[in-house]
Amino acid sequence: MRANTLIIRTPERIEFSLALAGPVTRFLAWLIDLMCLTAGLVLIWLFALIVGWAAPDFVFAIATLVHFAVQIGYGIATEWLWRGQTFGKRVMRLRVMDASGLRLRFSQIAIRNLLRFVDSLPGLYLVGGSACLLTRRSQRLGDLAASTIVVRQPRFSEPDLRQVLPGKYNSFRDHPHLAARLRQRATPQDAAVALQALLRRDDFDPAARVALFADLVRHFRELTPFPQEATDGLADEQYIRNVVDVLYRPQVSPRELEPVAPA
Amino acid sequence: MIIDLAKFIADERPFWNELEHALDALENRPDQRFEIGDARRFHYLYQRASADLARLTTFATEPQLRRYLESLVARAYGEVHETRRRATVTGWWRWFTATFPQTFRRHRAAFGVTLAITLLGCAFGGLAVGLDPDAKETLLPFAHLQGDPAERVRQEEEMQGQHLDEAKTLFSSFLMTHNTRVAITTLALGMTWGIGTLITLFYNGVILGAVAGDYILAGQTAFLLGWLMPHGVVEIPAILIAGQAGLVLGRTLIGWGDRAPLGARLRAVGRDLVTLIGGVAILLVWAGIIEAFLSQYHEPVIPYWVKITFGAVELVLLILFLTLAGRRDAAPQ
Repeated sequence: MRANTLIIRTPERIEFSLALAGPVTRFLAWLIDLMCLTAGLVLIWLFALIVGWAAPDFVFAIATLVHFAVQIGYGIATEWLWRGQTFGKRVMRLRVMDASGLRLRFSQIAIRNLLRFVDSLPGLYLVGGSACLLTRRSQRLGDLAASTIVVRQPRFSEPDLRQVLPGKYNSFRDHPHLAARLRQRATPQDAAVALQALLRRDDFDPAARVALFADLVRHFRELTPFPQEATDGLADEQYIRNVVDVLYRPQVSPRELEPVAPA
Repeated sequence: MIIDLAKFIADERPFWNELEHALDALENRPDQRFEIGDARRFHYLYQRASADLARLTTFATEPQLRRYLESLVARAYGEVHETRRRATVTGWWRWFTATFPQTFRRHRAAFGVTLAITLLGCAFGGLAVGLDPDAKETLLPFAHLQGDPAERVRQEEEMQGQHLDEAKTLFSSFLMTHNTRVAITTLALGMTWGIGTLITLFYNGVILGAVAGDYILAGQTAFLLGWLMPHGVVEIPAILIAGQAGLVLGRTLIGWGDRAPLGARLRAVGRDLVTLIGGVAILLVWAGIIEAFLSQYHEPVIPYWVKITFGAVELVLLILFLTLAGRRDAAPQ
């Protein structure tokens, strides 16, 4: 069955993942393309009708050829010029890529667009849509033949750290060597758990919330104990806030680290 | 684990920027080739970025940076591991006069099958019309072919091609686009493991055979040849080549005698398909011009023997082109 991501592992043992686009988004992108295409064709014929009185035979012949070239060439040309994107795909943030992460070639673009006809059978891309649902990598028949995939490239939103880290004074930063040690010892999983606990704090039962943060504090204390004066009077939740601040905002400019000069 | 992320970024950023510039240059100028030194440097930068990504991945404090590096590595991966020849801008002329006939010959077995199927269809259509005159009505979808051939010949000869006087260019462009559409369909139906392509070819053959049989039985052989040959000797082979491409696609999907996985098989054959269908489009442009500007004139405007000779010469030239052109330089695939 189909998966939502395609993971490509390079010989350097690096992995990168591509998010595959589903049939619905692709259908929407196609609708946008269809509107662009229709608008373009209407313009061509309007122009032909306006100019046509001079030499109808010649002008309409050219219009027929241009119509055909635009209809067949729209997908090929845009995907070639914009490296795998048409207007619709740009709007929906989709992109055509080679199925194994290699460079997209002209012949691949040409094939996937020429085989559109089979995918659009018997209407509304039923064949292509079903193929998308059934194949492992959400490919329509044209994609299979050209070994291409369509990936989503959504704009990633950063976790909103300002919400949990209002930039207040952090007593841990008075001990830069301990903060560095904490960063070194905490695993990515530790950091993620702490951040998620803060982000979802309002979703917990009050009792569970208290217990969870107490657990977390115990764990981070074991990793790197901070001296008494840094942790004095800190609630568990504030302790984790400080930890997350240290872990996720390591690039504090030296000026920020300087103790505030007494007024 | 990276202790000092700021220092790490400051140290590595120049290398990432260099790699990014190299990638931009590569992607914007596909015809550009690396010198050996540049290639080494590029490979070094790619490996360095990979290593940085591996280090960074162990600690996901900087998701944005990680995504940036991931995209950089992904792009460079595509360049480093691409082994297929890059499409060069050596010119359309060479492509049409060498690559196209070479590709045609490489898949000549598939062409043989399309030819055989079409001839089979022709025989079927011809026999059907010959044995059962009522079959004509069922087989021929075009109104202007339903009537008595002798009657049509008389009408066409009277009109002297004037009915198209004001619309020849339009008619020609209509023929080109219509035929190219048919050719693309024939290719695309190769996705049905070639079955759709075979059916299309057979059906085209039946129509051709039925029309030919009809006119020959009515004693109008000269008109038939003069009418069909000037454009048909290019148009019909062009559709056959489109069918050839469809069968190559179907055969690749089935994968007879090839142990490579499906993806690799399709990858290997993709360029050939595009070459074949591109060549077909050019042949059809020629056929469209001839059909609109020459085929519609009959005797007494143009004697039939002139049209038949013209068609025969075209056919010989086409055969010579497809069998001999591009032979001198061995196929570079």
